[in-house]
Amino acid sequence: MQASIMGTERTIAVLSGKGGTGKTLVSVNLASAASSAAYMDCDVEEPNGQLFFRPAVIDEKVIAVGRPAVDQKLCNGCHICSNACAFNALAVLKDQLLIFEELCHSCGLCIHLCPQRALTEVQKPLGVVRKGSSGTVSFFSAEMHIGESSGVPLIKALMKQKPAGLVVIDCPPGSGCMVTESIAKADFCLLVSEPTIFGAHNLAMVHELANLVGKPCGVLLNKTQEGSNPSEDYARTHNLPIIGSLPYDKDLARMTTEGLIASRESNCYRQVFADLLKEVMDASDPDSKR
Amino acid sequence: MIIAVPVEEKNLGSAICISFGRAPYYCLYDTETQQSRFIVNSAADSPGGAGIQAAQNLVDENISTLITFRLGENAAKVLDASEISMHKALNASIADNITALLEGKLNPLDAIHAGFHHGH
Ligand code: SF4
Ligand code: SF4
Repeated sequence: MQASIMGTERTIAVLSGKGGTGKTLVSVNLASAASSAAYMDCDVEEPNGQLFFRPAVIDEKVIAVGRPAVDQKLCNGCHICSNACAFNALAVLKDQLLIFEELCHSCGLCIHLCPQRALTEVQKPLGVVRKGSSGTVSFFSAEMHIGESSGVPLIKALMKQKPAGLVVIDCPPGSGCMVTESIAKADFCLLVSEPTIFGAHNLAMVHELANLVGKPCGVLLNKTQEGSNPSEDYARTHNLPIIGSLPYDKDLARMTTEGLIASRESNCYRQVFADLLKEVMDASDPDSKR
Repeated sequence: MIIAVPVEEKNLGSAICISFGRAPYYCLYDTETQQSRFIVNSAADSPGGAGIQAAQNLVDENISTLITFRLGENAAKVLDASEISMHKALNASIADNITALLEGKLNPLDAIHAGFHHGH
């Protein structure tokens, strides 16, 4: 089956409503089960993919954005900049200009408009983008500096490097703007969910997001056990295709906590994830009738 | 001194709005002239940073005191840097709140809530 996915152009985003559902485990193993693939870690607050792939050489680049900085002595409080800013990131007070960096979108308009030339652009580092390789997998990740409020610009910078071929994106948890940015270039969203009521609730959140942005998607039921599975019930009642299930297994859990990639360590799991990858490829094939 | 209060409607009997940045109007009461007037909150519909813009507008109106139930941290930064005192509103009419403030019966605002970052 490996031959069938060689040369395939496909970007698969792996999502879950919260952390700890096995999103990274699934992403890492799917990428490793392919004959060749790229793994991109967009979980910029906690990029754990590197703990599994351990690329020998890492090429690291600092990503920065332009932000306005003010010379208070030159500012005469004319309000031109604060009126122009579409994001309300500026406030002109009696004797100073306040800049709310977390709201600034780096459009540069205020700097351009200021008649006193009190504003200048400074480069503000947001985080780093890393690149390396590990066996058949080319590895990409981004990590946000502590204190930055949004990883969106960093994820944008990371996704600019997206290579051709099969790409697996390990998304940030949740359904916020960082996730939306991470799945922007995806052909398919694989939603990983746990067999609990809370898990079904989180599944619903990411399912709604995928629907909202119009991405085809399917669910992987993780940690399944005997008995009822609220996530499975959700999928069945909400027309969400079930791509597969991954039964709870303490060997898999152990390998994962040790930072081992199951599909590299065990023939059995290599087959499990190769099969899962095939299911994902079939489900995300734009030419197939679903 | 000018006192500002976020309000639901343009009359002194109106309730105080539970939101600061998204209040439809502000009541501005001038203690010297004992006149009140109402201004429209142009920031109410901003997708992000409504509190900052609203605070900016009030700073521009030269207020020195704000009475409110809640305040986001960004708006608080703007008001604080402009040395505007912030007081916790009572569950009563605008007029009663202003009277209570002038009698020194309103507590300083203690809780500042972390804002949502709608922009991202
Ligand atoms: S446009 Fe320039 S001078 Fe005017 S308020 Fe802004 S920073 Fe100050
Ligand atoms: S760069 Fe753009 S978004 Fe940032 S403060 Fe200036 S006008 Fe606002």
